Amino acid sequence: MKAMQHWKLQRLTAILLIPLSYWLVAFLQHCLNANYFETSAWLNEPVNKIGLIVWILVVCYHAALGLQVVLEDYVSHQGKQVVAIWLSNAFFALLGLSSIVLLFQG
Amino acid sequence: MPHNRPISPHLQIYTLPLTGVISISHRLTGVFLAIGLAGFVFMLAQVKYGMLTYLQMQTVLHTLPIQVFLSGFIYALMFHLCHGIRHLIWDAGHSFSRETLRRYALMELFASLVLTIFSLAVLL
Repeated sequence: MKAMQHWKLQRLTAILLIPLSYWLVAFLQHCLNANYFETSAWLNEPVNKIGLIVWILVVCYHAALGLQVVLEDYVSHQGKQVVAIWLSNAFFALLGLSSIVLLFQG
Repeated sequence: MPHNRPISPHLQIYTLPLTGVISISHRLTGVFLAIGLAGFVFMLAQVKYGMLTYLQMQTVLHTLPIQVFLSGFIYALMFHLCHGIRHLIWDAGHSFSRETLRRYALMELFASLVLTIFSLAVLL
């Protein structure tokens, strides 16, 4: 990825995450305080389901971009760096994908 | 190659300014929050697997170590949010002068603390 594109996407996802983080906090609030039926009903409301899906996609992308910069700075061995970034990207892709699969269940 | 070339500060003996501490904290909280995403997916799975796993999860969430961890996670989130907004202001080309640097640093620390207290009051 071109450096400028990386920079722009990091900022774009950051801006998007300011409002989208509401769904993370609301999810935690339900898991901590609501009973099973209330949390399930909350998760099945379209606005929350879509909100969480958009949030997890954007946050996984933002995290992968951020981790890439950290790995570029601290893993000096070129080969190890490429592998580490690949593994990091795969990790966040997996997290995003499994969240979407889980959210579309039931 | 001469050996008297200037070198970067030795971090073990160099006292970082407040802005430097905040800068590295932004990175640390970012990595911490990114790893925490796995926790979100795990929690989501517990909700989706049914009432039994949900109740087990809720019991664990109410234990003291997890509550302490959650509080730390929320603080990391709010700190990363506030300093992230700070970065966006910098990216827009504003507030690079020495006086505003320290004032904004204190403002974002204060704002992240207020946001954390407010969120924890709702959450816990």
